[in-house]
Order: sequence, then C-alpha cells, then structure tokens
Amino acid sequence: MRVSFTVNGRPQEADDVWEGESLLYVLRERMGLPGSKNACEQGECGSCTVRLDNVPVCSCLVAAGQVEGRDVVTVEGLADFAKQREQHGGCASEASGASAGPGACGTPLDAAKRWEARPSDSQTGEGAELAPIQQAFIDAGAVQCGFCTPGLLVAADEMLERNPTPTDADIREALSGNLCRCTGYEKIMDAVRLAAARQGEAV
Amino acid sequence: MDFLRPASWEEALAAKAAHPTAVPIAGGTDVMVEINFDHRRPEYLLDLNRIGELDDWEVGEESVRLGASVPYSAIMDNLRGELPGLALASHTVASPQIRNRGGVGGNLGTASPAGDAHPALLAAGAEVEAESVRGSRLIPIDAFYTGVKRNALAPDELIRAVHIKKADGPQQYSKVGTRNAMVIAVCAFGLALHPATRTVRTGIGSAAPTPVRAKAAEEFLNAALEEGGFWDNGKIITPSVAKQFAELCSGACNPIDDVRGTASYRRHAVGIMARRTLTWTWESYRGTAARTEGVA
Repeated sequence: MRVSFTVNGRPQEADDVWEGESLLYVLRERMGLPGSKNACEQGECGSCTVRLDNVPVCSCLVAAGQVEGRDVVTVEGLADFAKQREQHGGCASEASGASAGPGACGTPLDAAKRWEARPSDSQTGEGAELAPIQQAFIDAGAVQCGFCTPGLLVAADEMLERNPTPTDADIREALSGNLCRCTGYEKIMDAVRLAAARQGEAV
Repeated sequence: MDFLRPASWEEALAAKAAHPTAVPIAGGTDVMVEINFDHRRPEYLLDLNRIGELDDWEVGEESVRLGASVPYSAIMDNLRGELPGLALASHTVASPQIRNRGGVGGNLGTASPAGDAHPALLAAGAEVEAESVRGSRLIPIDAFYTGVKRNALAPDELIRAVHIKKADGPQQYSKVGTRNAMVIAVCAFGLALHPATRTVRTGIGSAAPTPVRAKAAEEFLNAALEEGGFWDNGKIITPSVAKQFAELCSGACNPIDDVRGTASYRRHAVGIMARRTLTWTWESYRGTAARTEGVA
C-alpha cells in the first residue's frame, strides 16, 4: 500500500509498504532516514522515538498505515524543528505542506539524509546545524556509542518544550523509556540540565 | 494482510462484522510487538486511530465514560480526581512513549493477567461497553476476563468505552517489578474504599490466570469494618484485621512460577500490597473524615 505523511515538515510518500510494517521501518528502509534506531522492536528501549503529531512515541510500535496524513518529526529534523520553534513558536503543518521553497518550514528529505552533527564544530557550535539539546549532549559528553542518542534527543527536546525548568525527577521520568547501556545516565542528566539552563538564559 | 482504515465508528463495526478475524489496532503497543516478532500474522488489521470519539471521555454523575483509545497519559493528566486508582495504575505503565499511545481499551482487548489497568478497574467497579452491528451491551468487569488473554467479547464486537465508577473514597494501586519504568508487573494490587456503600473492593493482577477480585477478603473486611463501627469512628484498623485481610488476599491468588517471579513470591507480595494499600487508603479516609467533622 501507499502511505503519505509529513516527515520533518515536508510531505513524503512511501510505496509498496507492507500492511504490518512499522513506521520505523518506513523511515529507515524506505525513506533513507536511519537516525531513528532499530533495537528492541517492542517499545522497551526508546531508541526509535519520534514525534507523531508532536507526541513522542516508539515508531516501532506504530503501524505504517496509521500515520497516513499525520506529522512525524525524526532526529534528522530536530535542528530545524527546534530553530523554527524558537523563531515562530512552532511550524504549523498546514504551512509546511503548502510550500517547500527556501526558508519554508521543515527539513527536505535530501538534507535529512545527509544530516550529520559535524563534531569538528562541537566547541563553538559554529556552522553546525544543531538543536540546543544536541549541542548540550556533545558539550556534556553524553554520547558514547551513540545508539540510544537519537531517541534520547527527541524525548529530552520534547520535555524541555513542555517543561523548561525540569527537576531531576522530571528528567528521569521523561527519559525513563530510553535505555542507555554505556553512560550510566549521569552525563545524559548533565546534558539535559545544561540545555535547560541555556534555554533559561536565552529567555 | 489487509489494512482496514475505517473513518467512523459505524464503519469500524461494519468492518469487524465483515471480517471477524480482523485484529483491532489503536496504540499498537501490544499488536505491533506480536507482528514485529512474527508471533502473529493477522489477515486484517483494523486501525482505530481515525475514530476521534474513541479518544474522548465524559464525566457523568456516577461514572466516567472513558473512550477505548484514551491514552494513559491523558488519564494521568485529566482524570486523577475522578479515577485516582486508574490514574496511579496508568502511571506505572511502561514509559512516557508507551503511555502516549496505549489505552485501557487495548488492555481489555489483550486481557493479559498482567495488564496494569485491570486491578484498578476491578477495585473501582466498571463496565465494558462492547458494540457490534447487532447492538451495544455493557459487560460487568467481573464477567469480562474469561481466561488467560481471553475476554467476553464476541468475534464481531469492538470495545467502544469503559464506564468506570467515579471514586467516592480513597483508592490506591501498587505494583511489584524490578524497576519503576518499563516493567511487566510481577504482581499488582488495587484497592478502593467506597464509603457511600461502606464497602471495600480489590483487584489483583498477574497472580492468577485472569485479573481477579479477592472476594472473600472483601467480605471479611466489610464485615469487620461494619462490626467495629470503623466507618463512623474512623479508628485505625486493628492490626489483626489488616493481617487477616492480607492473608485472604494472598489466598485469592492462583499464581504460576515464571521468569518474573515464583508463585509463592507472588502470593506473599500480594499480601504485603493488600495490607499496605489498605493502610494508605484508610489513613487517607480518616484524614478526610476528621476534616469533615471539624475540630470541635
């Protein structure tokens, strides 16, 4: 079957989708967006976390057919998503569907496929298109093997959008569905605290 | 496999009547796991996400009509006052990502003895609104669970909503697992005080082939509370009464040994949770009673 939905602010289509296929599979294997990671396939690890109509969900547990006509944000679009949120208080999906010219909302698929964090600029962030939460993860050393990182970024970014001044308990709760087997979570906590502090300073 | 995408409830009922083997999918947090692991290859998937009314709830005089797809996160955020036991249970479900998708309708459809909502529904008192093209009916929660992962639904029926009694007293929920998030219950316990009828109701999860109430324990406690005038005098429940209640709750279990825990551990833990939740709710009731009586 064909499935049409918005990915990172731009309308996309996938053909020959099997009816039992997950959103995660469509993103990774059909759209070439491997940022969302495939690990447990049972909603235990959170490494496939994306936003579906703004809500963080495990994309491995969403049937592809269920996203028809809906909005998905993946880690590849997180930098643009955060920038647009800061500039216009968000990117309405209607607006993003209407035009795809320069300066339009969202991240084109080609750009999303090529997206990388450009670690050479990690100290200054200069020239690198990073969401504040991504910069904070780099600065705090919250990334080791990196496999859990995309899911953590999407989940942490959503929490900071809802709750700009989280307590440690709030952070732990918001990230309780994301497993990391490298860091012991301390640096991840540091990164989210750092992003929250920077967000507070900017206001 | 066919993907059925009804745009309305009527269309969904028609689709289920035409294809009784169709597997309904809403949050997908159970169904997709089975498909991802090749444990299940349904002929038809029946997507309920387009049916907006399943995400709505109505707070009535005596009960809340909770749409089958209302996610756990919405129950936690919006219905803590009306359904405190279910809100506590919802908070123990998996993780934020799962709570954003999963709902009580799916818990009931799957009817796993380990489903987190069941003990809270049993303790509060609830009816499942099931509907087919033949008509609608309310199934009492006590008659809903018929076996391990089996329920009272007919093949052409879908769960439209759950009608849950609004709390008329304190409710508590307790769950045993290896950590706070992302665990299937080793066992769970729900307890609700109903001062209006001077009764106590319970629900036990993961300690029998189906979620069950500890009816003998309830009857014992109801009689003991009545006899001692506890509902009126608001005294601390006698330790021997609490102990006996806990033992009867343990006795209501019919658990198995599995990877999550042994049968004897489950029996023991259910007794502990029964005593604790009784103490917590009773302390809360006494607090309320004292306030309404004033400080003369």
